[in-house]
Amino acid sequence: MSTTNNGFVKGLLVPGLPQPLLAPEQNAGWSELRRAFAAAREEIVACKPDLLLIYSVMWPSIIGHQIQSHPTPTWVHVDELFHELGSMPYQFRIDTEFSEGYRDAARDRGLTASCVAYHGFPIDTGSIVALKLLNPDNAIPASIVSSNIYADRAETAVLGKAAADALATQGKRAVAIVVSTLSNRLFTDFIEPEADRIHSQKDDEWNRKMLEFLAEGRLEDVAQLSRNIHEQVRVKKVVNFKPMWWLSAAMGAHNNYQGKVYAYEALYGTGGAVVSLNPVEQGVGDKEFDEDDVDFWQGDRSVLNTEESTTSSMRLSPGPNEPEGKPS
Amino acid sequence: MSNSGQIVAGLLAPHPPHLVYGESPPQNEPKAECGWENLRWGYERMRADIEALDYDVIVILSPHWQTYIGTHLLGVPQFKSLSVDPIFPDLFRFHYDLSVDTELAQAIHDEGARSGLVMKMMTNPDFRVDYGTIVSCHLTRPQWDRPIVALSSCRANSYYSTEVMQEQAMELGRATRRAIEASGKRAILLASNSLSHRHFTSSSDIPEDMSQEHVTNHNQYLWDMEMIRKMKAGRTREMIDVMPEFTDHTVSETDAGSFTWMLSALDFPSYPAEVYTYGTVIGTGNAVASWIPSKDMRP
Repeated sequence: MSTTNNGFVKGLLVPGLPQPLLAPEQNAGWSELRRAFAAAREEIVACKPDLLLIYSVMWPSIIGHQIQSHPTPTWVHVDELFHELGSMPYQFRIDTEFSEGYRDAARDRGLTASCVAYHGFPIDTGSIVALKLLNPDNAIPASIVSSNIYADRAETAVLGKAAADALATQGKRAVAIVVSTLSNRLFTDFIEPEADRIHSQKDDEWNRKMLEFLAEGRLEDVAQLSRNIHEQVRVKKVVNFKPMWWLSAAMGAHNNYQGKVYAYEALYGTGGAVVSLNPVEQGVGDKEFDEDDVDFWQGDRSVLNTEESTTSSMRLSPGPNEPEGKPS
Repeated sequence: MSNSGQIVAGLLAPHPPHLVYGESPPQNEPKAECGWENLRWGYERMRADIEALDYDVIVILSPHWQTYIGTHLLGVPQFKSLSVDPIFPDLFRFHYDLSVDTELAQAIHDEGARSGLVMKMMTNPDFRVDYGTIVSCHLTRPQWDRPIVALSSCRANSYYSTEVMQEQAMELGRATRRAIEASGKRAILLASNSLSHRHFTSSSDIPEDMSQEHVTNHNQYLWDMEMIRKMKAGRTREMIDVMPEFTDHTVSETDAGSFTWMLSALDFPSYPAEVYTYGTVIGTGNAVASWIPSKDMRP
């Protein structure tokens, strides 16, 4: 049995662009990523999880946080940008019980959350790529959670902790999968596949620094750097670079992990990496972290010094099981 | 180049799925009691206005087909499928059956490419048409008896700036106008976007509970009114000038380029727009308006 952190036996970072799924033969790097997905899949199978839980930055939400709960979502998906690479037919197996439990746990921590269980609901390309390459036979049920475009760190961290709550309640062991590139600047003109490279040296250097940390198991250190990462190598489509906040909050906000970088390659200019993080008893040790450890979400704080705003800001520990800690 | 074709109207036609939900047409699975009447009735007045125009095709640029590499156009003659809104699947699950004027789409593609823009035809028949296109087209022409040309939103605003986005969108507008003129067809253009675009992040239990509907904040409202004043005064070039600030301050959906594209295709009308309505949907500001060149009676 693997060591677990908050019910998570493993964490994975994978890219969501469709080239490794649909066209690995067109570029050696894309093939390498495809092989890395296969290696990560072997890790998953070996640890026998009950569930794969995906947090995809390619599924944006607005009204709180959405969680896929249709038991067998089925469709033929086409990427809105790389449509010429082909179609992606899928049928997935969703752990509806967990999705609903995750929704309830998120609500218990003050978040707006809902399940989506509609035929034809558009599952994002990144989640499809991840599930088809990591779980092609649907042997392990999955759940998928969205990335709210307005959420920043506190809300995202609380969402991560709610995932751990739901696992604890249901006694399940999960692999956490974040779908995200590192740097995300695509080329803005079409390129020949063999001409693919990381868009800039700066992007490449930041990507390698992130991977250096992750290879050392320093998940929380990368999470603490998220604002810098967003500023330096993320095209500003959303408010911040959030996947590492979610992952560290879900698995445990520390550096006690064993990291393995299976691949790092260019995906149409972006940085695509397949990385696994396994909980261990001791890691490189924690630094003095700058960011708060938030347990409950109580909405956006007002900048005005009103009585309400000074009494209803984000509350820190104690944890969710202490009745006096519940928000009113 | 022949100039028998023409743009007979440019419309600001936002796409909140709530409006289709409020209408409850047979194509949409969820049904509403009512809701967002001021906007829906504004669309009705717009439809009455354009009914008299003889037009062959609807050309639309939607913010919800987002492409980071150039502008893409639907290149398959027929699409029939189910559109489920990713944000509001409880309100919009729409069975669409539409035809595409692929000849005009190809012509716009070619004109854009000749202008130096990155252009791409989308020819995968499994492709699902984005809900922004479907909502705006349905509210403009619920009969679905005109072919459409659908253009994607090149996200230059994210990758560069609003200024760069506008330069590209204006070039695309000029290319669109040339292609329409050469086609001999009469076209209506739809800019499918809201004005201010800061949403609420929670929803009421009854979606059509209008007691809960208002603009997210006063800043957005003031900006929306300023833009509408310019529309009504025919000051479209001023709108282009302030678009970077407007887009930034109100997180406006004008970042998609659709509004700039449409105004450019109309060659920046200096006659007043007909503003049919203004209203909010989950806090965002939406105006329905038209610029109809044949109504320009100025000397």
